[in-house]
Amino acid sequence: MNFVTTNILVCGIGGQGVMTATEILSEAAIAEGHDVKKTEVAGMSQRGGVVTSHLRFGKKVLSPQIAPGTADVLLGFEAAEALRWSHYLKPGAMALVNDARMVPPVVELGLFKYPDDPIGDMRSRGVKTVSFDAATIAHDLGDLRLGNTVMLGAIADQLPFSADVLLACVVKRFARKGEQVVEMNRKAFAAGRAAAQAATPATA
Amino acid sequence: MAAVMLAPAASRLLMSGNEAVARAVWEAGTKVAAGYPGTPATEMLEQLSTYPDMYTEWSVNEKVSLEVAIGASMMGSRSFSAMKHVGLNVASDALMTLTLTGVEGGLVIAVADDVGMSSSQNEQDSRFWGRFAHVPMLEPADSQEAYDMTRYAYELSEEFQVPVILRLTSRICHVKGLVTVGERIERPAKGFNKNAERWVMVPGHAKRRIPLMLQREQELKRLSDRSPLNMLEPGTDRRVGFITSGPAYMHVREAFPDAPVLKLGLSHPWPLEKVAALAEMADTLVVVEEVEPILETELKAAGFAVHGKDFLPRIGELAPEVVKPAVERLLRKEAAPEPQSALAPPPLFPRPPTLCASCPHMGVYYTLSQLKNLTISGDIGCYTLGAGHPWNSLDSTICMGASMGIALGMDKGRGEQDRNKRIVAVIGDSTFMHMGMQGLLDLTWNRGNVTILLLDNGTVGMTGGQNTPANGRDIHGQGAPRIDFPRLVEALGVKKERIHVLDPYQLPVLFKALRDETKIDDVSVIITDRPCVLIEEFKPFRPYVVEEDKCTGCGNCVEVGCPAIHVTRREKVVKPSGKEVELAFTRIDSVACTGCGLCVQPCAPEAIVHFAPAGSVISIQPA
Repeated sequence: MNFVTTNILVCGIGGQGVMTATEILSEAAIAEGHDVKKTEVAGMSQRGGVVTSHLRFGKKVLSPQIAPGTADVLLGFEAAEALRWSHYLKPGAMALVNDARMVPPVVELGLFKYPDDPIGDMRSRGVKTVSFDAATIAHDLGDLRLGNTVMLGAIADQLPFSADVLLACVVKRFARKGEQVVEMNRKAFAAGRAAAQAATPATA
Repeated sequence: MAAVMLAPAASRLLMSGNEAVARAVWEAGTKVAAGYPGTPATEMLEQLSTYPDMYTEWSVNEKVSLEVAIGASMMGSRSFSAMKHVGLNVASDALMTLTLTGVEGGLVIAVADDVGMSSSQNEQDSRFWGRFAHVPMLEPADSQEAYDMTRYAYELSEEFQVPVILRLTSRICHVKGLVTVGERIERPAKGFNKNAERWVMVPGHAKRRIPLMLQREQELKRLSDRSPLNMLEPGTDRRVGFITSGPAYMHVREAFPDAPVLKLGLSHPWPLEKVAALAEMADTLVVVEEVEPILETELKAAGFAVHGKDFLPRIGELAPEVVKPAVERLLRKEAAPEPQSALAPPPLFPRPPTLCASCPHMGVYYTLSQLKNLTISGDIGCYTLGAGHPWNSLDSTICMGASMGIALGMDKGRGEQDRNKRIVAVIGDSTFMHMGMQGLLDLTWNRGNVTILLLDNGTVGMTGGQNTPANGRDIHGQGAPRIDFPRLVEALGVKKERIHVLDPYQLPVLFKALRDETKIDDVSVIITDRPCVLIEEFKPFRPYVVEEDKCTGCGNCVEVGCPAIHVTRREKVVKPSGKEVELAFTRIDSVACTGCGLCVQPCAPEAIVHFAPAGSVISIQPA
């Protein structure tokens, strides 16, 4: 009963779309015929708290939680949150990180410090880190809400199936909203993918 | 949601445990389902409200929700009640007598334990209720099992005329897995059979029901040994045999794929013969159960030599990486040191949950933080966050509705050292209607001296914005009678002149009302009336910005606690008095700001102004 599973950890803060992104990743894994388990703890996450979403897929998935040191890839929606969960990655595994800095009130009040360079800290911890600015990419495409699809584009080349499978699930999700919205999301997906590819050789 | 509801039989869907339970409740032909929102149970009723051909409601509290289910069962209809672990404490009064009457239509109670406490005031093990109430308990380990066991729970309930508890945890409720669904079977109500000896639990009748209850438990014990839900998996590596249930089963299977495992689906009463069979096949028995050593204690009492909480943690969730090293140490007979993770988490600032931008509670807590000499009795809801930074304005939180009685007890129990304290209670609209009304009645009747802040945001905010009698909509969003708080609190004995309805965005008005009312030796109620920012009643206003050249770095706006306010730079200066202070110059994230104007009011240099006119480009600035 030993099964090989793929473990994807998605992290960010409440309201960023972490759970939706993981849901779309789950749909892609199901489309590829995998058994899937997806879990998150988000009791108070709407209130600006930390959100992590664990996705495990393979022939048969037992425990839904990813253990520290066993994630195959980390998708970080916020720089410090990616750093916070970086110890969940397997040694040498890759993190794809939106370099946005979302500073909570406890830091603004002067009670805690936000790290100067969380991405640099991840690299010095030995994490292969690919970072990009998802918000600016989404903004340049004309709608900040595309950030989620930019993130999915970024992870598309790190999955054990083709990027087209994931893109098809993104398209399916937005199909009801009309061709224009679908087209915007296609562009966002491609832009995220290109951003991650461009950042990979230089920084990883 | 609709997709799940309309999915035809034999569809294979990615469903959370809560969604799977809801689907199965509907398929079982259930007529009536009731519940009160609470993490991680909320989505069961939310989902059920989207299904056709049945009645669903948000009840005002869990006890009422169970009573509604009991009434439906008496009529011979299948019924359902869902709640979080602390909800069953509230509903237990009904449960403990329901077990004597038994049920007519199948009745299933789903209770969801927040193991690991993501959003609760305590960690409880609801498996005790099976023992306490002498009712069977089913424990699914994933979404498919949640679906299957819910369907079966109704058969079991009707076969034994017993309420069945479906025990879930966060890792069942909120984990999504693949589920194959079936069809709804219509079950017409069997009709009410008038039978006072069965339904009227006066002592003479109840006494005759107790032996029946105990006999039923013995029969269930025999069933437990026959039940396919209690599955003995022989395994090949027989050094350790595991007895486990719920999500812990998955952790055991992942950590020890070849070990013999007795998986308990019908976990109370547990199967004696199957435990004995496992004991025959394994050298050592280990009970892997989350939270309390319930099964372990009972197995030991039955004469089985088992390990469990002697080396496994008693607090929080288990996981393969917790179970595996612990059992390996047990096998090597080592004294068990705490496991050290090779990959330590990086030291980093915390990101506690906080009030949303424009949250109407923020003005209340900012005002409370500016008043001296208060002792503040709090309650359960988003406003519990007022205990956090920067407000630090809650002095107690115990359970739903407790702010009222605790405030009265603080008033009556205070000594000389607290004579000058003004006692304030803070409670939200839904919590007030859940269990606060009785406390207020006690307060007025017994002549307490407390100022009550009734924060009416028109929803159950913390669980995602469910409807309540305060917003005049039912579970489906349809119009329903809307409660009138000023008249309600007046009817509960508060003098009319001591009742104020205020806009919590108007800080000076709020400040004055609080200062004045806390000085008066009587019960006062200050009702705030702005909607939660997460519900449709909330209409955002024009966002604000900080004019950089006018900002003097006083930091007053930061003290409001709004997550849309960010510090751009800090500067240390020496005041004419010689005192060194740190200035904090700020900006407002105009994407997050919804223009409530709370930060405008304390801004000394009037540097906070409305954002540039419409049509200008919004740019996203990094912090």
